[in-house]
Amino acid sequence: MGIEVVVEGLTKSFGKQNIWQDVSLTLPAGEVSVMLGPSGTGKTVFLKSIIGLLKPEQGRVLINGVDMVNSPERDIMETRKLFGLMFQDGALFGSMSLFDNIAFPLREHTRKKESEIRRIVMERIDVVGLLGAEGKLPGEISGGMRKRAGLARALVLDPQIILCDEPDSGLDPVRTAYLSQLLIDLNAQIDATMLIVTHNLDIAATVPDNMGMLFCRNLVTFGPREVLLTSDTPVVSQFLAGRREGPIGMSEEKDAATLAAEQLADTVPLPTGPRTVVPQLEPSPGMPVRQGALRRRERVMSMMGQLPEAARTAILDSYAPAAGGARA
Amino acid sequence: MTAPMPVRPPEPPEKPPPATSGKAPGQARPSRLLAPLRETGKLFALAVAVARAIFRRPFQVREFIEQFWFVASVTILPAALVSIPFGAVIALQVGSLTQQLGAQSFTGGASVLAVIQQASPLIVALLISGAAGSAICADLGSRKIREELDAMEVMGVSPIQRLVVPRVLATMLVAVLLNGLISVVGTLGGYFFNVIMQDGTPGAYLASFSALAQLPDLYISEFKALIFGFIAGIVAAHRGLNPRGGPKGVGDAVNQSVVITFMLLFFVNMVLTAIYLQIVPAKGS
Repeated sequence: MGIEVVVEGLTKSFGKQNIWQDVSLTLPAGEVSVMLGPSGTGKTVFLKSIIGLLKPEQGRVLINGVDMVNSPERDIMETRKLFGLMFQDGALFGSMSLFDNIAFPLREHTRKKESEIRRIVMERIDVVGLLGAEGKLPGEISGGMRKRAGLARALVLDPQIILCDEPDSGLDPVRTAYLSQLLIDLNAQIDATMLIVTHNLDIAATVPDNMGMLFCRNLVTFGPREVLLTSDTPVVSQFLAGRREGPIGMSEEKDAATLAAEQLADTVPLPTGPRTVVPQLEPSPGMPVRQGALRRRERVMSMMGQLPEAARTAILDSYAPAAGGARA
Repeated sequence: MTAPMPVRPPEPPEKPPPATSGKAPGQARPSRLLAPLRETGKLFALAVAVARAIFRRPFQVREFIEQFWFVASVTILPAALVSIPFGAVIALQVGSLTQQLGAQSFTGGASVLAVIQQASPLIVALLISGAAGSAICADLGSRKIREELDAMEVMGVSPIQRLVVPRVLATMLVAVLLNGLISVVGTLGGYFFNVIMQDGTPGAYLASFSALAQLPDLYISEFKALIFGFIAGIVAAHRGLNPRGGPKGVGDAVNQSVVITFMLLFFVNMVLTAIYLQIVPAKGS
């Protein structure tokens, strides 16, 4: 079972430029969470802060009692072995073949025999669909393949927490769909806590249990996916609909004057009414039931009272068929 | 869309409130004047971190051997080729000087001492920083900007222990061995030019050599080379680990690494020579 990640009051700046401030959220153990946000809102910085590569000025990131911000380097190094991080462009070692890249964590951290390593690595290569390419160098394969190889490397130590930095960027829609399914299947198999940072709406709508959104140096919201998907907060609804009208501008945020003008003009009638929530992806047939989903169900049911009306109906709708015993 | 449009949220306070922890003011207002000091401090911090990581298990034998082989292969040939003319120049210069002074019989000792104590460690310094240091810096720098080092750290592997320590140890070992090679080749070159070109006598050359030179001369030479190797490795690693912005930054870092290493090594050479001359009595005195 995965590990809970607790983020408390995290604030990060580069020099005078504040990236985000006072971000607090909890990634529930074994569940899949997505962090949305327009480009340049510090999603990747957030990911790197969770794993301790960047040090926020304030706040804590607690994993198994270790604070990834302030604990001694030795503890942080030890805790990082629980992580698998998939970098935006794979971050493979350019001098090693794909096989050696994927075997790297095993060779560094375990005393497994070479035959054992070979078995595990080939298994992971098969999972991400790279069989036959294991002898190639990262420079010789396409961006999408590098990404998948990066995922395989992140998975090889059976991590408890998987972080994915824009798993979709540079992938075509079909491959993105396969990758989404792969992530859900993985979650079903190893029950790891997952955080996916993306601005891909398909992934956002179908993969996660929980969703959050970063905008304007703040965490707009974080909670069960239905809350965000049905939210009528302008930032969220604009982002999810991919519209130009709304508070998000070309350079992150619009100023008040542009906003007012836009509101007056009001050329396009905006779609109103509650948005429909696309059902979440289920693990492929033959996969075990996602333990995280079962836990989430209990958790969400117990917090029903605090959720907005729209989210509540969406949640009840989504659980209705499952409750009827449609799935084993 | 009945909800009010949000307006740009208030700017976060420019400076952290004074109530925060003690180191916050230092971070908030970095002085440009102190920037070189800060870099120096980071360099020393890296040196300490590397020195500590040397003794941490597991030792990266494979990486060490690969790096040793690489550093040796890029430095041996140029070192040998540079040391012959260098030995020759010193022999010729010292030879003509001693001829004017009428101390021709001491040519051997003087030129050999100059080669072993000064020329050889300095040639080592040039090659280690120019050939090995620049390659190490470029390698680490490009890994850094490709996020390979981040990836390594994320996997719980310290890049210092995994990459920097083997490289620093390799440059140190190669520096020591290279210094021996240059001493031999330079001395032979000096002997050849003195005896063949300047009609010196082999006997006088060897006799003055054994009269003036002593074993500590060789020790200090090797010690210098060891220190030079360490400094060159650390500076190259430091610049390589902290390139500023993109591929251009890596190029700049390599450039800086070579220049900084040169300056440091010549300065350290001066200090070591001065100390040596103070504490080790000259032979026969």
